[in-house]
Amino acid sequence: MQSPLPIFPEQASNFAGNVDALFLFILMTTLFFAVLVTVLVIFAAFKFRRKSEKEVGDEVEGNLVLEIGWTLIPLVIALGIFAWGAVIYVNYRIAPRDTLDVYVIGKQWMWKLQQPNGRKEINELHVPVNRNIKLIMGSEDVIHDFYVPAFRVKMDVVPGRYNTMWFRPTKVGKYHFFCSQYCGTNHAVMGGWVTVMDPAEYAAWLSGESGDVNPVSAGEKLFTQLACVTCHLANGTGRAPSLNGVYGAKVLLADGSTVTADEAYIRESILQPKAKIVAGYQPVMPTFQGLVTEEQILNLTAYIKSLQSQPVPAKGAGIAPAAAGKK
Amino acid sequence: MPEKHYLNATYGIRSWLLTTDHKRIALLYLASVTLFFFIGGFFAMMIRLHLLTPNGYLLSADTYNRMFTMHGVAMIFFFLIPSIPAVMGNFLIPLMIGAKDLAFPKINLLSWYVYVVGGMFTLWSMVNGGLDTGWTFYTPLSTVYSNSAVAPAVVGVFITGFSSILTGLNFLVTIHTMRAPGMTWFRLPLFVWAHYATSIVMILGTPVVAITLGLAGMERLFGLGFFNPAMGGDPILFQHLFWFYSHPAVYIMILPAMGVISELIPTFARKKLFGYHFVAAASLAIAVIGFLVWTHHMFVTGQSTYAAVAFSFLTFLVAIPSAVKTFNWTATLFGGSISFDTPMLYAFGFLGLFLVGGLTGLFLGSLGTDINIHDTYFVVAHFHYIMVGGAVMGYLGGLHFWWPKITGRMYPEWLARIAAFILFIGFNFTFFPQFILGIMGMPRRYHVYPPEFQIYNVMSTAGASILAVGYLLPMVYLTWAAFYGKVAGENPWPATGLEWKTQSPPLTENFEVTPVVTWEAYDFHNRPDLGLDVPGGHGPRIVAPAHGDD
Repeated sequence: MQSPLPIFPEQASNFAGNVDALFLFILMTTLFFAVLVTVLVIFAAFKFRRKSEKEVGDEVEGNLVLEIGWTLIPLVIALGIFAWGAVIYVNYRIAPRDTLDVYVIGKQWMWKLQQPNGRKEINELHVPVNRNIKLIMGSEDVIHDFYVPAFRVKMDVVPGRYNTMWFRPTKVGKYHFFCSQYCGTNHAVMGGWVTVMDPAEYAAWLSGESGDVNPVSAGEKLFTQLACVTCHLANGTGRAPSLNGVYGAKVLLADGSTVTADEAYIRESILQPKAKIVAGYQPVMPTFQGLVTEEQILNLTAYIKSLQSQPVPAKGAGIAPAAAGKK
Repeated sequence: MPEKHYLNATYGIRSWLLTTDHKRIALLYLASVTLFFFIGGFFAMMIRLHLLTPNGYLLSADTYNRMFTMHGVAMIFFFLIPSIPAVMGNFLIPLMIGAKDLAFPKINLLSWYVYVVGGMFTLWSMVNGGLDTGWTFYTPLSTVYSNSAVAPAVVGVFITGFSSILTGLNFLVTIHTMRAPGMTWFRLPLFVWAHYATSIVMILGTPVVAITLGLAGMERLFGLGFFNPAMGGDPILFQHLFWFYSHPAVYIMILPAMGVISELIPTFARKKLFGYHFVAAASLAIAVIGFLVWTHHMFVTGQSTYAAVAFSFLTFLVAIPSAVKTFNWTATLFGGSISFDTPMLYAFGFLGLFLVGGLTGLFLGSLGTDINIHDTYFVVAHFHYIMVGGAVMGYLGGLHFWWPKITGRMYPEWLARIAAFILFIGFNFTFFPQFILGIMGMPRRYHVYPPEFQIYNVMSTAGASILAVGYLLPMVYLTWAAFYGKVAGENPWPATGLEWKTQSPPLTENFEVTPVVTWEAYDFHNRPDLGLDVPGGHGPRIVAPAHGDD
């Protein structure tokens, strides 16, 4: 879909049309008030220009009706703009369930991306058109930002946490992405290209290169190498909860609260295992801080996510009971 | 020229460096902020020259990153924040309220020395390694990864913050306790109201940035882990703490300029400010609500969606008092008797440019559009329209308006009008193309850029060269006028403030006799002492003559 004004980038995502429409609305509104005030000022400057050296202006204090009017009308318009913007944003921040997940790591001064089957890219992102894409993003050092003007999306990449963002590309093509949070010397060259392809082409591209281990297998290997498997027995009889089905579920904690086991929870459990203790278990897990890289954490996360389809043990998963009476 | 005044009352360098006269301290500040304006301007020139081509022909990446960082630090902390309050607030507030000096003259002098010491630390860092973190010092880049002189710069800004706090304290106490008889709250000039609101922000906000920079400095120097995730710290915590001050800081920069405009428009339209009470209340509203919007700088950090929605809502609220002021200034013109002296030209410039700057804030406060234009040149254009188009226009308009009071002499009017036009045109050519760049998607703080952005960068640099002329001209002719300009007399405009009811330049003690105020602000219809023609004669409240011989 072509953008309304030549300076706008192409509209290539599900968000772009709505964002541009809001932008145009704000533009029309601000233009109206800017022109109104400018015309009034210029008109007054001419009509009331001083005609003799000792002339004074009229004696006027103010007008309550005008004050209320020019307070309330801008307020109503402002709140309208706010509401429209908030709706777009909430939709943008809450990803749909059925996403194609790509893992992204930003570091000084490049982007490392990994497709679901393990294929890795540097400063490039290939995605299929008309699929919901979710980027799960971390940083190895400072704060960066992944910005795709044609999609109208942007999200910081913050060390120590994951940020996720989603979009649905709607048009095949190649679109610039930029690092959009100042990150040091080569901030300006830390960009690349998002290539949106037809699904068939994407599938062909995805399987094209061999030699990359897919993140789930890499994660499974790590899970054994790092001895996670010795406590986190799949059948739930070990020292630690089974991880079958835990991704996306609500976990019951020792203090009675529940938390949703998303990527951030998994990462925290690996690096700061004492932060949240699962109900019914002892705080005996050692921390892996300094022993695993961000990429390894992403691989472990991918593996744990893949355990969704295993049968969930009735006991020993730490998952919060759906109804009272079930343990 | 009067025989005796504050400039010739005593002579010698010690009488200046150890003065407690608020007017001399204002001039000490004028010299220092002008020096930092030149320094910040030099960095701006390097930025714009370098960005003429997309591939970085002039400076290395590291040098460019130092240029934009030090431009921001110099301009924000050492020019914009002190400028109007420390120069014009210091000079005028006692005069405007009928007092001999501020409440704490020695603390006033101390505030200047604190500023100078902080400035020296920062200057030292600029020439010894430079600073390349951005003026925003985001962590962990600034505390762990940067290879520049972060620690001395942070110490410099920390120290200078106390200059703000002391100034704000002095103003608040002075305005509360030292108004002349009859100078009630609602007879105060709006310049004083604006500085009252600014002082609240200075006192409540500045300690937060001091602590924040203190923590960042300690992290950098001693390897502590407040903001470093490798040590369990939170980089986003730094942003919250930093912006908790730095957002209200922008109101420290604009409220005084709005106060100047509220003096210029009534004076040069010879008409009371429309809606005085609403404009005064709007200043206070901006100061208060301004403390509640800081997270709008952080909409894409991945923070809570609900928090983002709340802060966007509050951001739209803070826009309203500025709109109210703009409408009141406009309404003041209707039925006025308008002249186009240079200060009024700056006021008109302010109206137009602040309008654009403020309205473009709506695009940024709205969550849906902010995602796209955050951290692009749209933001850069937005804040320069307000900081330069608003605050600096206010500063220059005020300098011209009060130059006859400060120096006893007039600047050359026609040259000044030409300079104002040059400035207005140069400014728009510099910064309007940057809105386009932002919409096109050019991120900020880029030392190289994709070639499709070049045309607007060239336009912007061309505009900057014109803008530079607009700045240099007043520096030259105002200096010339201070020594050789036409003698101004007590009230050349004439204007209605108390500062104009005493000689130009004023005596050290400001007034021979403490004035007694019986008239409202900007009340041209009740001031026969101004010698103007009021149809139907003056009102019943006659001004008490200050010298007993009018």
